[in-house]
Amino acid sequence: MNLTLRVWRQKKASEPGRLVDYPARDISPDMSFLEMLDVVNEGLIQQGQEPIAFDSDCREGICGMCSLVINGVPHGGHQATATCQLHMRHFHDGQTITIEPWRAKAFPVVKDCVCDRSSFDRVIQAGGFVSVGTGGTPDANTLPISKKDSDRAMDAAQCIGCGACVAACRNASAMLFVAAKVSHLAQLPQGKVEAADRVQAMVAQMDAEGFGNCSNQSECEAVCPKEISVDFIAQLNREYLKTVIK
Amino acid sequence: MGSLSTKHRPYFWTSTGKKFLMAVSGLALVGFIVGHLIGNLQMFLGQEAVNRYAAFLKSTGELLWVARLGLIAMVLTHIVTAVSLALENAAARPVGYAAKTYKEATYASRTMKVSGLIVLAFLGYHLPHFTLLVTHPEYHHLLDDRGRHDVYSMVVMGFQVPWISGFYIFGTFLLGMHLTHGIYSMFQSLGFQTIILRKRIRPAAIAAGWLLFLGFASIPLGVLAGLIQLPSGGLVP
Repeated sequence: MNLTLRVWRQKKASEPGRLVDYPARDISPDMSFLEMLDVVNEGLIQQGQEPIAFDSDCREGICGMCSLVINGVPHGGHQATATCQLHMRHFHDGQTITIEPWRAKAFPVVKDCVCDRSSFDRVIQAGGFVSVGTGGTPDANTLPISKKDSDRAMDAAQCIGCGACVAACRNASAMLFVAAKVSHLAQLPQGKVEAADRVQAMVAQMDAEGFGNCSNQSECEAVCPKEISVDFIAQLNREYLKTVIK
Repeated sequence: MGSLSTKHRPYFWTSTGKKFLMAVSGLALVGFIVGHLIGNLQMFLGQEAVNRYAAFLKSTGELLWVARLGLIAMVLTHIVTAVSLALENAAARPVGYAAKTYKEATYASRTMKVSGLIVLAFLGYHLPHFTLLVTHPEYHHLLDDRGRHDVYSMVVMGFQVPWISGFYIFGTFLLGMHLTHGIYSMFQSLGFQTIILRKRIRPAAIAAGWLLFLGFASIPLGVLAGLIQLPSGGLVP
């Protein structure tokens, strides 16, 4: 396959960036999107040009490091698929592919398509700790948790913190991410002790980082590689509102 | 809690708090709109029903003002919060996308600001027109044979003008569209949503928006179609 890539190039945060066209020749449909970029970068390096900077780590869809808004959709828009798991067979020969970084005030671009997502880390830090009993290893199943609750907590815990929800949201809101983290712990007995403080602190940090607000459009859910449901956003709102009567 | 010292905003002025304010004020306004529509539909019952109802509302005196002040407070809350949310949202993405494709967002949800502003502009005409009687001071003198303010004839005369009817239909259409997303969104923001509920609330909100629009639009349409007519015997100006 031969493609044209329209890629966001930006030397550093303080300099303005722009879209630059690059040809991508002899691409195999079996390649992943990131492998395709590796090939293009190899060509750029051979020509003595600066390769395109992009994030990736595990390349098996579980680390949350890869990003890229591909033709206007974070992670390229295939169900439950992160960019690293997106394959070139979904594109056709001769296609022009626009590649941009996540766009949000809270995710400043570091270089090209790499952005700084440490605002998410600070939201997680703001969540604080969970109280657990120390001492000997507890027996299995000493904490009674219903199957429904443990399943729901696991659904929320699927979040890999990639930030696609923020990238897809037209308000650059981090509600789905924060909702997943808050709901995950609020669902379990271990997380209940600090639940009220946690939700308040995480919401406060989310706001302080400059994320936008939720308009309930569900764009986040649609692009989430882990299919986190917007029902968790309702749960976040519920957890937050509960704290007023506490 | 936590190692970070983040300044906490007032409880209802955080992002979730503001969405709560939007939802609660929106809920109150939807309640008013439903009541308003039920009152309006009495136009199909004729002059006596409408004028009696109007006279009853006026007779409540101070209570009417309690309701009005409550409504004004809700409208102001809805607007002030919406402006604040919109400003924050605009600031949250300083550099936009070259290409952006929506996958889920409905047309109604993407045009909430525009539909809200047009509905506000519509209110700017509707209140002087039928409530304050500024645009048509002659409506003050319309009385029925029992000496009550003839609200029925006022509405019929108003809607016999096609552009006024058209404007009301347009205004209420945008209101209905606003509510197809607003009513759904309300449940989400109030945290009153689960997987099972969402499947029902989404279509129910769309149906509610359409029903409210059709209900409101039926009155100007009824007048234009001649189903709702001026009382026989003519008017006593």
